[in-house]
Amino acid sequence: MSEHTPSDGAASTHKAGLLDIRSIIGALMGVYGVILVLMGIFADPETDKTGGTNANLWAGLAMLLVALVFVAWARLRPVRVPEEQEASAASS
Amino acid sequence: MLHAPAPLASDTIISASWVDYLIVAIYFGFVLGIGLMARRGVSDSVDFFLSGRSLPAWVTGLAFISANLGAVEIMGMSASGAEFGLPTVHYFWVGAIPAMLFLGIVMMPFYYGSQVRSVPEFMLRRFGTGAHLVNAVSFAVAQLLIAGINLYLLGSIIQALLGLDLFLAVVIAAVIVLCYITLGGLSAAIYNEVLQFFVIVAALTPLTLLGLDRVGGWQGVKDGIAETAGQGDVPPAADQLNSWPGTALTGFDSELLSVVGIVFGLGFVLSFGYWTTNFVEVQRAMATDSISSARKTPIIGAFPKMFVPFITIIPGMIAAVLVAEIAEVKAGGDVSGGAEGSVTYNDSLIYLMRDVLPNGLLGVAIAGLLAAFMAGMAANVSAFNTVFSVDLWERYAVKDRSDGYYLRVGRWATVGATVVAVFTAQLAASFSNIMDYLQTLFGFFNAPLFATFILGMFWKRMTATAGWAGLASGTLAAVLVGFLAEGTLGSLSIGVLPLSGQGAAFVAAGVAFAVDIVVSVAVSLVTTPKPAHELVGLVYSETPKEDLVDEAEASYPWYRRTLPLAGIAAVLTIILNLAF
Repeated sequence: MSEHTPSDGAASTHKAGLLDIRSIIGALMGVYGVILVLMGIFADPETDKTGGTNANLWAGLAMLLVALVFVAWARLRPVRVPEEQEASAASS
Repeated sequence: MLHAPAPLASDTIISASWVDYLIVAIYFGFVLGIGLMARRGVSDSVDFFLSGRSLPAWVTGLAFISANLGAVEIMGMSASGAEFGLPTVHYFWVGAIPAMLFLGIVMMPFYYGSQVRSVPEFMLRRFGTGAHLVNAVSFAVAQLLIAGINLYLLGSIIQALLGLDLFLAVVIAAVIVLCYITLGGLSAAIYNEVLQFFVIVAALTPLTLLGLDRVGGWQGVKDGIAETAGQGDVPPAADQLNSWPGTALTGFDSELLSVVGIVFGLGFVLSFGYWTTNFVEVQRAMATDSISSARKTPIIGAFPKMFVPFITIIPGMIAAVLVAEIAEVKAGGDVSGGAEGSVTYNDSLIYLMRDVLPNGLLGVAIAGLLAAFMAGMAANVSAFNTVFSVDLWERYAVKDRSDGYYLRVGRWATVGATVVAVFTAQLAASFSNIMDYLQTLFGFFNAPLFATFILGMFWKRMTATAGWAGLASGTLAAVLVGFLAEGTLGSLSIGVLPLSGQGAAFVAAGVAFAVDIVVSVAVSLVTTPKPAHELVGLVYSETPKEDLVDEAEASYPWYRRTLPLAGIAAVLTIILNLAF
């Protein structure tokens, strides 16, 4: 069983990975948002199914908003990546 | 030029267009990308099995509930919502949240603080080989079977949605799951679970809102349910629209017994057994960066968990009113179609998707369902490979090899588990009832497990012999109740006790818990306990208080501390219970 503190410089890679999850969520939601907004504007809104709402458009806009929040969070509160070896700074 | 895309497959429940396929393909691209990226970070076996103990609490908290938000939860809970209505919420507000809070506050410090890599390993250090073998083997076998069930459901959904052959669908799904786990280990599984959580919410929220809009809001659901209530086997409207006393769900005639059954059987024994000892869940918390984060993992998970019923159970209830096929099934009719030949409540969500979602959102919903089923299977497989390599292979088969050796064993165990799951999926396809009974049986293992853990953590006198004796007798007692009840184990049940449905499962769990406690206490009193110095970190009274808390936590603001968060979760849950 290895100890709590990571050995031989592995710390930087872990934290770089951490940074990514928020950007990944932001990227996926952003791509989906763009596709849905385009569908909402150009495709048949199929109002017989949705009961009158342009569901694609609204859902797409909501996803774009979520994407913005995640990207902004990742930008504004970046994980402290550097070469520090101690696990004490690991929380985001 | 995007108008009215033509469906590509005609004999499927849902007619997906190229946009929907594109959305699904983008999701798979992300999943595989995460596997490749996580691979760069994996350097030793703690990395592979426990993500290097480096993840923040909000990530593991979402993964914690996501690992459970699989096929059984999404399909099962919406099906139960369609059939029984609101009482299904007990599986969340009574049957999950209290146990999750308890896990975070009381049990997690022992799991995390003792530096074990799995729940069975804790069993080994507290009770020795007997209890460890019972726990590790039954858990590993259960994971293989459940992975198979998840894979089968995944395959049958792919078949229903995209018109692929079931076996082909199963194999494709298995290969994708295999890729991302072997590449990135637990990190990849956890990251995908977090991503999956957002896709599921993005898919089910519009489905619920549009569905509600179509039936005329909550009032429309009420009116629709009142119309068909009381016909045939359909429970009265009041039973479907109030969560308590939930007699239709438990199968008890007496309201008082029903409430007692839900609170003690489901809320205490069954759910505590599941949430506090199931390594699939606990593994997520073990991957965090500190004791404080480990304790907050289930507590942060409790917040989204509270609201999951609104996007699973409510759509089920809407489907029973809005979707012609499901409404007819509820009225006692037999409709051909669905994922398994004839329409069942399990198909509620898929039919609702067909009826209310336009192409585009439909693709997001398909991606969400596929994601959930895959993540469920990935969670089973990654828990299996840890228990197999750490608890069985390293402990009993090939000891004292290098870390890299066990890492390779873990990777091969993943491949092996996936191949086995492809075959258990075939088994599930031909004997779906048998798989149901097996799941019931594994439910029986959980209740005595919780009794043994909780007694072992707080009573230093409890001996190693009592550990395995209690487990074995408790499990046998549960199986015995299953045999005596009506239909719990199918034709094997002889029906001496007037219990059926969920009520029987609640009673079986309660009996198992009681028998385990009695036997463990009795055996402990006549055998020799372990010396106190071997129990440090494992038993409450022998562990220094400062080992159980994170000294840094006192300096955090209140919203990052364990106890205030748990308090808020508890108050919200009580409010939800009163409101519905």
